[in-house]
Amino acid sequence: MSQTNRQNATALPPEAPLLEVRNLSVAFGRGRKRFEALKNISFSIYPGETFGVAGESGSGKTTLGRAILRIYPPSQGGVYYKGAKISGPIGKAEDRRLTRNMQMIFQDPMSSLNERAKVEAIVSEGLQNLSRVSPDTRRAKVKNALKEVGLRPEFADRFPHEFSGGQRQRIGIARAMIMEPEFIVADEPVSALDVSVRAQVLNLMSRLRREKGLSYLFISHDMSVMRYICDRVAALYQGVMVELADTETLFTRPMHPYTRALLSAVPLPDPALEKNKTLTVYDPSAHDYTKDAPSLREVEPGHFVFCNEAEQKLGFDFL
Amino acid sequence: MAVDTDRDGRGAILSVRSLNVDFTLRGARHRVLRDVSLDVRRGENLAIVGESGSGKSVFCKSLMGLLDANGRVESGEILYEGADLATLTEKEWLKIRGKEIAIVMQDPMTSLNPLIPIGRQITEALRLHRGLKGKAAREAAMGYLRDVGIAQPELRFKQYPHEFSGGMRQRAVIAIAIACRPKILICDEPTTAIDVTIQAQILDLLLSLQQKYQLTTIYITHDLGVVARVADRVAVMYAGDFVEIGTTEEIFYDPRHPYVWALLSSMPQLAKKGENLYSIEGSPPDLSSPLAGDAFAPRNRYALKIDFVRRPPLFSLTETHQARSWLLDPRAPKHERPETKGGGAG
Repeated sequence: MSQTNRQNATALPPEAPLLEVRNLSVAFGRGRKRFEALKNISFSIYPGETFGVAGESGSGKTTLGRAILRIYPPSQGGVYYKGAKISGPIGKAEDRRLTRNMQMIFQDPMSSLNERAKVEAIVSEGLQNLSRVSPDTRRAKVKNALKEVGLRPEFADRFPHEFSGGQRQRIGIARAMIMEPEFIVADEPVSALDVSVRAQVLNLMSRLRREKGLSYLFISHDMSVMRYICDRVAALYQGVMVELADTETLFTRPMHPYTRALLSAVPLPDPALEKNKTLTVYDPSAHDYTKDAPSLREVEPGHFVFCNEAEQKLGFDFL
Repeated sequence: MAVDTDRDGRGAILSVRSLNVDFTLRGARHRVLRDVSLDVRRGENLAIVGESGSGKSVFCKSLMGLLDANGRVESGEILYEGADLATLTEKEWLKIRGKEIAIVMQDPMTSLNPLIPIGRQITEALRLHRGLKGKAAREAAMGYLRDVGIAQPELRFKQYPHEFSGGMRQRAVIAIAIACRPKILICDEPTTAIDVTIQAQILDLLLSLQQKYQLTTIYITHDLGVVARVADRVAVMYAGDFVEIGTTEEIFYDPRHPYVWALLSSMPQLAKKGENLYSIEGSPPDLSSPLAGDAFAPRNRYALKIDFVRRPPLFSLTETHQARSWLLDPRAPKHERPETKGGGAG
């Protein structure tokens, strides 16, 4: 495998994953209304890695992020952090430790900040929930966190409405960073931002990863952002992980027809290419799974595809 | 800038001349469109590109007479078929809006009425603008549903918006817009709220309808991929002014305004892994105080002294390509242009 960031692992041996998702299923509702949003998902995230989850609305990518952060309980399987199971009941001390270590960055900076609270209160809220901090320490920590994300420390006394979209997203990142996390779930962190501001926020996230040794679960529908920032990418389709590979493999040798459709839809900022582009449309009914049920198979080292034996042997081109 | 006729004689269907639009916000005046001029040519696909707050939506709303209550056209003309739309009363607008100039909004979830079946939302438009009733209206509406690629129109006609998927809803909204047989169709971020795999299908649909009904379409978008796919011509807006206008090829392959350079360079498709993405530092100007010079100057690494003092004129580069930058003045010092040409991601 070619994860460049595995070598950056500090606290753990290089091959031990930071986070493991094992056979995770998440279901909502019960009886006839039961709906399985995630079906039997397994993967690992290594220290310092940016793991991408790609998919469209309804694919379960947000559910996955939330299940990892213990917001949704799994209906089957579990989530393991540094080898210990964190889904299901855990002790209070463990809960506090995990809250500190695992943080989240939200999609829409216009709606994810409390309009009535000052930046200082927003950024320090997580800190105050966990431990008693003196006003002086709190203030110092807030200022430090703001500086870290490229905002001026005096912004602490302002309200969210005084900031632009990009600045608000930085406040959201400062809110997560003040906890000094090891792992961050970033759910579409740049999709609500303009092109130029998007670049600033992506650069900031890369810098924090480098400097703090962070690991990210990066959820997005934008494949061009994925290719830039992720080490490995998993494609989700209707709650099933259909493909997982390191980023360059996934982009240059996609196997599953859904991944191919997703990649063919990436808009290219070049009129000559874009105007002559042919779209691949994914037709799920093309699979014949009546005789041989599909499973996640390793087609080459580190490259997993959800398919059955015939598909693995012949490739998907006969579909 | 008076370019009324094209070489192929298509001419301008809509001409905006020195348009100024002001908004009053918390007691302060904001000049949101600053002396904007643009010709829209008959039968073209024009894309208006800009970031949020650049004024691109306000520009299009003023073409529809849909400015919010606190905004108003301060001066300037919007010439359409010999009439100046900027002076119309609300009653006169009813004859233009929808019938001559129609709009497809960004979010199909909010532009459809959730309490009325899709079919009736189309026949309503047919009744109001074309006087069709009963069976005739129903037949016509079915035809438009088929036109926008909705299968089983008889069934879909009776369904409510919540029974449609996001892409289908956007198709229905497009059906309503074209049902009035407008001459100009404005598409305000038509694909932002839609899944990627559906986006391109919607854009291709819009292109085919443009051909079929000989529409003039104006796309408002911040997505350069959308622009590359649909546009014949592009106008780039920054802080309430068009900084560069040209054919799609001219804008993508030979951009001249530093803002357009920066915009094209910050696409993640161009970046190499591990390197920093190109980003524009700072943020757009505050429009509540009058701007001197080029609005982009404070964020422009190529800015000249004069950029901070005087507004650059619109320099013509070719018959179709104009840019508003002092760098194009013959007296400007030599400068190196950054690499911008898109390489693609797929």
